[in-house]
Amino acid sequence: MINSLKSWEGGLLAIFLVTLVLNTSFAPEFLTVQNQINLFQLSIEKIIVALMMTLIIVNAEIDLSVASVMGLSAVVFAWLINLGWGGGSAALVCLTVGVLAGMINAALIAKVGIPSLVVTLAMMIGFRGIARVLVKDQSLGDFPAWVTDLGQKGLIGPLPLSIILFFGLLVLLGVLLHRTGFGRQVVVIGTSAEVARFSGINVASVKARLFVMSAVISALAGVLYAARLGSVRGDSALGFELDIITMVLLGGVSIFGGKGSMVGVFLSILIILNLRNGMALLSITGHVQTGVIGTLLIGSVLVPNLINDWRSRQARV
Amino acid sequence: MTGLIGRVSPQTLRLVALFMALLATVLFFSTQIDGYLSARMFSRISTSAAVVLPIAVGQAIVIMTRNIDLSSGSILGVVAYVTGQTLSSMPDLHPVLVVCLAMGIGAAAGAINGLIAAYGRVPSIIVTLGTLALFRSFLVEYSGAATITTASLPTWLVDLPQKSLFSVGALEVRVTVVLALGACIVVGLALSRLRAARRFLAVGSNPDAAQMAGINAPRVVFLAFVISGALAGLSGFIFLAKFGNITVVAGLGFELKAIAAVVVGGVSIMGGSGTILGVLMGAVLVDTIDNSLTRWELVSEFWRDALLGMLIMVAVTLDTLASRSLARLRGTSGGPQ
Repeated sequence: MINSLKSWEGGLLAIFLVTLVLNTSFAPEFLTVQNQINLFQLSIEKIIVALMMTLIIVNAEIDLSVASVMGLSAVVFAWLINLGWGGGSAALVCLTVGVLAGMINAALIAKVGIPSLVVTLAMMIGFRGIARVLVKDQSLGDFPAWVTDLGQKGLIGPLPLSIILFFGLLVLLGVLLHRTGFGRQVVVIGTSAEVARFSGINVASVKARLFVMSAVISALAGVLYAARLGSVRGDSALGFELDIITMVLLGGVSIFGGKGSMVGVFLSILIILNLRNGMALLSITGHVQTGVIGTLLIGSVLVPNLINDWRSRQARV
Repeated sequence: MTGLIGRVSPQTLRLVALFMALLATVLFFSTQIDGYLSARMFSRISTSAAVVLPIAVGQAIVIMTRNIDLSSGSILGVVAYVTGQTLSSMPDLHPVLVVCLAMGIGAAAGAINGLIAAYGRVPSIIVTLGTLALFRSFLVEYSGAATITTASLPTWLVDLPQKSLFSVGALEVRVTVVLALGACIVVGLALSRLRAARRFLAVGSNPDAAQMAGINAPRVVFLAFVISGALAGLSGFIFLAKFGNITVVAGLGFELKAIAAVVVGGVSIMGGSGTILGVLMGAVLVDTIDNSLTRWELVSEFWRDALLGMLIMVAVTLDTLASRSLARLRGTSGGPQ
């Protein structure tokens, strides 16, 4: 298993280097610090949520409501600011909204025992609905300058707050998944919830904590999104869950749970960011970019399956 | 009371509960909206539900096999566009051929999903997440972001949504509604009467056991995706007739509406159980609430999604809790099926 993971990450690294070389040869300014920062900034909210989604999918669950929680949190943020609240307290309320949203998901999944696919699908529609109720069909903006500055400009040197948060969470969640007892429980439950229960792990509690964390990080990403764009609508962050899940699965995390590494997901994030940037340089439109990434997602599981089939047929002959 | 509950199957109880919910919804809105129980409102809701119904039935079959089809909304969009384009260049095409064309294109797209999911052994959520994007980007490229307009379509198609096949009292039953119900009845009867069709449920209930019982599980899953594609195609045709103007975002999010109808209709997301009658009531319930809210003055229509999400959650939570206590009520002998 460790070998297959290693070779998966090796493959990802190779693909990443190829996209890097291609991008650099097409556009010499690609490797400048500013372009690299822009590259991350364009999808920063998605890649932050993808880190947490890794733990959810390793746990053999799924959270389809992340983009709606992001949208709801962004809308609440803009709404409070327009009511005259300060940025800091508005952000705190948004994180509280995240906690509440996560607790609803957690209660239904871990306590009532409804599959997370159904719960988070319903909540994806429901949370988005609440966001729509709050803003109707308007767009809210007029943030104080320091909020948009925090969203767009460098905080430490050229690095904006969101990129610092991303790398902080990458290390934090990577350590949590791979180096702590909690992380091992997440993996064991993902491999077999039954075995985990018989080994005395409190499965419901682990799952509940994961879904609350997922919603809080999504809410944080929503605030960052509002601050970066400077204006928010009811359909902000609509459909982001697909990109986020693609990043995680392409990183070699098994949709059946129990398998996956933060390094793989990080590499897959780098590949997707580079591919999108490269295709944009070749003036390929956004929809086709999404199609290419969809193909990549299917291929990443299909091709190893086909190779395995071919190998086992060879072995029989 | 206990005796009655003990004798009726959980599936029947579920259908009765759904019917009561539907009845309660209609009664509630009839007290809130003037002229709600009218022939016009019936036409409005029935033609709107007719678009969702076929795609929901297709989704139900896929979910019964313990898979999921997230790409059906994109298939609907592709079919509506391509069919509309074909009709504007060949306006004399026979209506029956047009429906066959729509379902054929859908089936072909579904076959791609089925091949990769069943024979390539890629989890269906990954396959259809990929093709959700792929089919949509195909549509954007193929159409060059151009729009199909009502003016370019033959008159029989534009008039189709207003055309009634027959009427029950003052209620007009539109052709599109009959088309959707027809698909529903064929699939529903097949699932309850035909042995071959019961295989969808067998594979979803326990794939390994089905395989050991001599069922060719990959073929069954492949077929489920082809049927889902074909029915998404039928929805695409009805969509084209109803709206006339088709852009590249046609059918966006319809897979979610379909899954919502299926789940509210009592089909287990874990596969192996569910009825088409339930899906029919689920689709009608979801659409009734959707259409009524837009006319309800007390609450703004922006509440639609929030209430829809809540409805799905309440339906599923009640279902889970009820079947658990039902199982406890019956003891070990009559456990859940």
